[in-house]
Amino acid sequence: MSRVALTVNGERHVIDVEPRCTLADALREQCAKPGTNVGCEHGVCGTCTVLLDGEPVRSCLLFAVQLEGKSIRTVEGLAPHGTLHEMQRAFMEHHALQCGYCTPGFLLLGVWCVENNPGATDEELRELVASNLCRCTGYQNIVRAIRSVLDGAK
Amino acid sequence: MKAAAFEYHAPRTLAEATELLARYVSADVRVLAGGQSLLPVMAFRLAAPAHLVDINNIGELSNLSVEQGHLVVQACVRHRAFEQPQENGPLGRLLARVVREIAHYPIRTRGTMCGSLANADPSSEWCLVAATLDAEFTALSSRGRRVIQSADWFQGLMTTALQPDELLLQVRFPLLPEGTSFGFQEFSRRAGDFALAMALVTFRVESGLIVDPHVGLGGVEATPRRLAAVEEFLVGQRPTGQLYTEAAASGASALDPLTDVRYDAEYRRDLARTMIRRALHEALPVL
Repeated sequence: MSRVALTVNGERHVIDVEPRCTLADALREQCAKPGTNVGCEHGVCGTCTVLLDGEPVRSCLLFAVQLEGKSIRTVEGLAPHGTLHEMQRAFMEHHALQCGYCTPGFLLLGVWCVENNPGATDEELRELVASNLCRCTGYQNIVRAIRSVLDGAK
Repeated sequence: MKAAAFEYHAPRTLAEATELLARYVSADVRVLAGGQSLLPVMAFRLAAPAHLVDINNIGELSNLSVEQGHLVVQACVRHRAFEQPQENGPLGRLLARVVREIAHYPIRTRGTMCGSLANADPSSEWCLVAATLDAEFTALSSRGRRVIQSADWFQGLMTTALQPDELLLQVRFPLLPEGTSFGFQEFSRRAGDFALAMALVTFRVESGLIVDPHVGLGGVEATPRRLAAVEEFLVGQRPTGQLYTEAAASGASALDPLTDVRYDAEYRRDLARTMIRRALHEALPVL
């Protein structure tokens, strides 16, 4: 076991992990943040996307032991419990989810885009969301939802 | 889908890293850089190294610099670094053009150029760039350092000249002279997917004639390589659509394509021809 201190949504967590424990599993099982869903566990689906020091990463393709001192943002950190982030509200209003399993990853991609590339073109936005798999929506409404927040932020 | 247990090492210096590699060389030790190819194969247990040497905490390995006419990329420089041109000439623009085709942004934030070069997947865009531009590789071990030319680096499917106790310390790309045209074309079934064929070309035009053509092909054979036959076809010629078409055909006929259950050799050969022709047109559009 290795001891790691990391920050999740602004809270400091000191956890003991086996080196082979992925960030996704550590978030869910040791940091009490089960909002990060695990899909393929080998970097293909993007469902487990979180922000690492502000940049999107696949949390199944990192070992938690690597993240001493790092800052992670998960879907739980988007808005205070019981309230919705504007991106979550936009997903609801534009019917950008059906089963909802992939949604946490898409929300974090969308939030990253609004905060880091607010002038994203439609092509850039589609290129970004192509990183993650959604098998319900066909992506149209996900793009509309993120676009509506981007347009509102102008 | 969980990796097998391993012992984790996080050296702070290159000397510690190479000492760890030497110490565990007979016990299946692997270098962990971005991990975007290593972790998937560990999840599938296609790889189950007993020791991982994580080089992400060695500060100097994040450096990227221009030295003596070369762009020098250290082991932990991530793909994302190249999305903005890292030097003002054609090489910076070429790398910024190619990087957009590598996987997806959340992979590029973590994966490294040197990691891709050491993994040597035939579909790797950076491997094609290194082969086409005659990059130089520097390997480091407790035995010392050595420089390996790209023609010797790629030895077969996912096989390089790197020894088990060696770390790929850096790769050096010669800067391209101003006025160099380049074109890059890739075919894959979905955005971000592995390339089935890709071509990279660079050349200059002086007095209306093609000078110093480099034509590289990746994803088709076990390793990326320059196609001497196509380069000979182009050099000293006036760029025309007919020349491009005939040059691409001359390259495609002398290939040994990979085959699998979905794509036979003829299909990949056909893709190769098309990618070379389109890359030439992208470099310098002609009628």
